Amino acid sequence: MTDPVDPRASRESARAQAGGADPLVGKDPVAAAPAGSGQAAPARRDVGGALLRAWRASAVPILSIVLALVIGAIIIVLSPLTTGKPIQPDLPIRAYLALLEGAFGTPVQWADDARRFNAIGDTLVKAAPLMFGGLAVGLAFKAGLFNIGVAGQFLVGAFAAALAGATFGYLDTNFAVPLAVTIGGLAGAAYGFIPGFLKARTGAHEVVTTIMLNAIALQLLAWALDLVKVAGFSFPRTGDIVNATLPVLFGRNIHLGVLLGFLAIFVIRWLLDRTTLGFEIRTVGANPNAARYAGIRPVFIITLTMTLSGLLGGLAGAVQMLGVQGFYATGISAKVGFDSITVALLGRSSPLGIMFSALLFGVLRAGQNLMQLRTQNQVPIEVIDVIQALIILFLAADIIVRRVFRLRRAKGAIEGEVRTVTASWGEQVAR
Amino acid sequence: MDITAIPGLIVDLIRYLVEILFLSPSALEIIMLFTAPLALGALCGVMCERSGVVNIGIEGIMLTTAFAAYLTGFLLHDSIGTFPALVAGVVVAVLVGAVLGIIHGWLTISVRADQIIAGVFLNVAAIGVTSYLNRIIITPTGRGGAGVLPDLNLVPAGITEIPVIGPILAMVFNPNAIAVSVIFLVIGLQVLLYRTRWGLRTRAVGEHPKAADTVGINVIRLRYLNVIVGCAIAGLAGAYIVIGSNGAFQNEMSAGRGFIALAAVIFGRWTPLGAFGGALLFGAASGIQTVISVARPEGQLGQVLASIPTQFYAAFPYVLTIIILAGVVGRSIPPAADGIPYEKEARA
Repeated sequence: MTDPVDPRASRESARAQAGGADPLVGKDPVAAAPAGSGQAAPARRDVGGALLRAWRASAVPILSIVLALVIGAIIIVLSPLTTGKPIQPDLPIRAYLALLEGAFGTPVQWADDARRFNAIGDTLVKAAPLMFGGLAVGLAFKAGLFNIGVAGQFLVGAFAAALAGATFGYLDTNFAVPLAVTIGGLAGAAYGFIPGFLKARTGAHEVVTTIMLNAIALQLLAWALDLVKVAGFSFPRTGDIVNATLPVLFGRNIHLGVLLGFLAIFVIRWLLDRTTLGFEIRTVGANPNAARYAGIRPVFIITLTMTLSGLLGGLAGAVQMLGVQGFYATGISAKVGFDSITVALLGRSSPLGIMFSALLFGVLRAGQNLMQLRTQNQVPIEVIDVIQALIILFLAADIIVRRVFRLRRAKGAIEGEVRTVTASWGEQVAR
Repeated sequence: MDITAIPGLIVDLIRYLVEILFLSPSALEIIMLFTAPLALGALCGVMCERSGVVNIGIEGIMLTTAFAAYLTGFLLHDSIGTFPALVAGVVVAVLVGAVLGIIHGWLTISVRADQIIAGVFLNVAAIGVTSYLNRIIITPTGRGGAGVLPDLNLVPAGITEIPVIGPILAMVFNPNAIAVSVIFLVIGLQVLLYRTRWGLRTRAVGEHPKAADTVGINVIRLRYLNVIVGCAIAGLAGAYIVIGSNGAFQNEMSAGRGFIALAAVIFGRWTPLGAFGGALLFGAASGIQTVISVARPEGQLGQVLASIPTQFYAAFPYVLTIIILAGVVGRSIPPAADGIPYEKEARA
């Protein structure tokens, strides 16, 4: 904790050292040269250079989305062939237009004062838990950890928030809402602590343990729901959350959780860039051995990072529960946990990147139902999952994107912090 | 419950487990039903990781190949009959598995993408593609089963009554053809890995690819071969979980079994026999509820076992996976080059 050097000044050198010492990072000559053209630039303050750097950082993610949407369109066009129906060349255009309409509204809606922000509100409400979930995965990536357990942390957080809401919902909103949100977040944190502690102490890889904890959460919550279910319904569910419902701040449905989501983006950005803890997290992610020699305890940082990651996953569940769902019942979708991984990868683990990719997935998830409706089920919502997979493919194999768009090879985020995820496979953490 | 009763109950439980496992012909057979897909998935993990490629996409490969097998059986069983359609389904599942192996190999070996992310791609793509195709092809037809592979029942009833040997023979030879193939694949791979030139080369490539390269082993080609064959074996697991069990496909029906298989690989210290042992343990944990419901013990033990909520039984294999991983990993060492892409020109 007592870091004598200013974290910001020492960051570059630590990264360079980590790059040189870590055989994995060192193998890639591009990744091993962190100070290249982009990193040394803050001295130059010209707008053109800033734009160029922003484009270099976001070119592959943006072009991955474009390529995924184009291939998605080809899949949509060709799909009728599987059932022997004729091809409709305009089907993907109609599908994507309906998707955009569902996410942003139509000019007619925009002209109507009462409905102007309805569609955009849907998009923001869908994006809010994804911001928390994306941050959960992204923060863990920074420490070289892969939290696939956001789905489980989301469910545990949602259940705890629903239970807290049902218990304290009679209180004033000013007390009930913070209480229920906090309890949801803490439940997620406790659930994230388990794989973090196991990874740090025993080396049990978090990819396997978090997946197992997702399955366990489903079973245990089904059991717990049976214990706390309220009478008077044909299916087991928790009680009404009354005053613990997140207040609507704007328009029809833009609730407090949306604001909290944006807030979380900037809190985590501050944590990672401006605090000693953030520096330690990134150092452990870059090279646990180097971190240990620098006086950072990887065991502590890994446990803490997974707990914080679980906290964010739990908050995603709490926000979804208190802002949208209202009560917990079996079969509640944990799709957010699943989307969060793509959101974090697409945002290259940076909080701002996660914000934009959460908004993008908000658009996709808010518009998907209208897309299915307008195309009479010919373009089902599952297409979004296929597009999501394609985005991951193009991010993992950015060589495809670079070939197609003739981009020069630049420093990417996939090598760097994420590559250390595989490096720790089956190994014990340095102590 | 009375605390003093617990030691007696534990004795009863052990006695019950020994009796049910080694004297009754059905219990081990039930456990084998749960073990087979885990063991096949674990063999895929051993094949890939022994040559230095981490594959967390086993789950996705199982799901995709399950759908491929189902779709083949579903489309063909009217025209060529149920059993030939099922055989075709198994063949298609293995081929699809091999194709997915080529994709995973290309991503991890040629593109040198992060191997975990490549696995995530396989898993996400599996869920997306199978649920999408399920929706546009199967749902409009009103859904139907593809049929189930018949049990082989090679061991006569008289022999299965013999204590210890009978149940084990029944477990190995009585289930359907895919499950029966498991034992042979496990033993075959164990021998291949430790007694043949291919095995030595595979282990060398997984431990020190640079050294293997200098003595003339084609690292890239060997890794491709192992990943493709391994994923084809995972395809067998996929075929098993649909046409080896109830014949109907459900979205996300692989239910984390690909990841339990990975835990079995680590538990078995990256050897085929050990991985099978791990799969058997997790299979037993998964099957215990069925075993108990088929032959419920008498007396107080029966009451206690029946009073445990079903969700606890369902969560048991997953909990066991975590416990075993936490207890075993520290003492089991993966192949040295596991997860590291090979670059011929890189500094050593």
